[in-house]
Amino acid sequence: MFTALLIEQLLNGLQLGVMLFLMAAGLTLIFGVMGLINLAHGSLYMIGAFACATVAGATGSFWIGLIASLTAAAGVGAIIEVAVIRRLYDRDHLDQVLATFALILILSEGCRWLFGSFPLYLDIPPVLQGAVPLPGGGQYQLYRLAIIGVGIAVAVGLYLLISKTRLGMRIRAGESDREMIGALGVDIGTLYTVVFALGAALAGLAGALVGALQSVQVGMGEPVLILAFVVIVIGGIGSIKGALVGAVIVGVVDTMGRFLLPSLLSLAMPAAQATTIGAALASMLIYVVMALILAFRPSGLFAAQS
Amino acid sequence: MSRESTVNLVLGLILLGAPLVAAALGEPFYVTLATRVAVLALAAVGLNLALGLGGLLSFGHAAFFGLGGYVAGILATHAFNGEPLFAGIPATTSMPLIWATGVIVAGLVALPIGAISLRTSGVYFIMITLAFAQMIYYFAISWPAYGGEDGLSMSVRNAFPGVSTAKPLPYFLICFAVLMAALLLFRFVEGSRLGTALQAARQNGTRLAAVGIAPFNIRLVAFAVSAMITGFAGALYADLNRFVGPSMLSWHMSGELMVLIILGGKGRLFGPVAGAMIFVLLEHVLGGITERWQFFLGLILLGIVLFARGGLLGLLSGKPRHV
Repeated sequence: MFTALLIEQLLNGLQLGVMLFLMAAGLTLIFGVMGLINLAHGSLYMIGAFACATVAGATGSFWIGLIASLTAAAGVGAIIEVAVIRRLYDRDHLDQVLATFALILILSEGCRWLFGSFPLYLDIPPVLQGAVPLPGGGQYQLYRLAIIGVGIAVAVGLYLLISKTRLGMRIRAGESDREMIGALGVDIGTLYTVVFALGAALAGLAGALVGALQSVQVGMGEPVLILAFVVIVIGGIGSIKGALVGAVIVGVVDTMGRFLLPSLLSLAMPAAQATTIGAALASMLIYVVMALILAFRPSGLFAAQS
Repeated sequence: MSRESTVNLVLGLILLGAPLVAAALGEPFYVTLATRVAVLALAAVGLNLALGLGGLLSFGHAAFFGLGGYVAGILATHAFNGEPLFAGIPATTSMPLIWATGVIVAGLVALPIGAISLRTSGVYFIMITLAFAQMIYYFAISWPAYGGEDGLSMSVRNAFPGVSTAKPLPYFLICFAVLMAALLLFRFVEGSRLGTALQAARQNGTRLAAVGIAPFNIRLVAFAVSAMITGFAGALYADLNRFVGPSMLSWHMSGELMVLIILGGKGRLFGPVAGAMIFVLLEHVLGGITERWQFFLGLILLGIVLFARGGLLGLLSGKPRHV
């Protein structure tokens, strides 16, 4: 039974990791290409979740909701890129932090205005309801497995997009020398908008997928945003590979810590005390891991060469 | 007297005068509002030392603010229940002792956080300081002994010898005095060898190293001092509200402290004071008009960042002293 529980928790960690990857990939891409630190990325995640829940509620189809979430997040992303973000590329990080902090206030309050303060709920689509048996006994939710599948597909897709297509070539060129590709006749403004919208769509997708597992509410993006920051700091800012590795590390360490620490501590102290101390320590664990990694590699595991 | 000094003097007099008038008119609410301005300004003066002078974009100063607050809350709770802290050391409700403890705790926590974070720079530094603050935030939430998610209420305000702190005006005067002392300290550090080296480290760390001063040590000291001032403010804030909760540690708080500095003017002596005045006024006025005040606060902040660089002091007193 313990093995089954262990596998289940490992899969949960992987699922969290994959979700974080969807967020972190966009963040790290935007930072790598445009040099922008975007705090409002969590708001795009929230917008994706709200769009999916609303449209799925109205049409009865999760899949139409999913398309709506991608469109809404990419659309809002493109709008804020053109209206605000574009003016921030040549500003210092402080201005970027504050302007995107202001965007969070605007988007969160705007969302509350539109949808009210009550959380929305999103059902798991019928095809993905149910569970699959695990080796060693026990069951695992099919939907969570599907999220892991989507995450892997996105990772492969992003790899192909960036290494094999013309757009990907331009993105890589933008990362290494933005003046040069501008001089070569690539419309850098449009490229930036496309990259930002792509990152936004990934965040929106993550929000929609998670929306079926938890309630959809204002402020849901912020904890995820901070975890995604931890991910890209561990992985090395600007590196998609780093984002993937970092996301899996954070997802698995966080989940396993919460699962294993209380039982490990209960070997040394009374059970009730072990539960509280274990929970408190587990909530800090990923930050400790991050500090350790940074103590040895100050620019992350896969720092982009620049 | 330069134009900026005149503006500073006027701001100081407004902050001191308004609550005196409000108290004379029997409006204690506005005295409390002014106390809030003074305490938030003090917290931002701390951050301004790291951010304005040292160029260290700490997105985790809420950690120190909250730590100061929790020190005040925990000491007061223990003293109220008559329990010793640990190893038989008695708790206290004396403000000077609480302040000293809060400042020391903030400094002691800032040293390891700074030592790890300062190995990095730029965006990494922003995110790491943020992550450390979140670590303390989650610890406070999941540690049930001191209220966990609900926070900690203090039944009475702590005591200051010879002052009745429960009344709004005396407590405001205490906070105002601390703020002025912190501003003096800021002015002193700015002109000292440490401050000069710190500003040189912001402008060009490599050159500073070339003349034989290690930027790391200078920055670490500045980071710790900055955290201590912010921790002091946290202790005052806890006493102001007679409550301390995880929201003091949250990243919104860190963001707000940065906002205060930008609203007022980065790196300027009275920038945090001006910023806190605008912020609390906006919060109060907008909050009175609409429930959606954060939406409009966001729009105003966005407008200021995009179009009015240099903040209020930049607008009022022209050319910035620090670029």
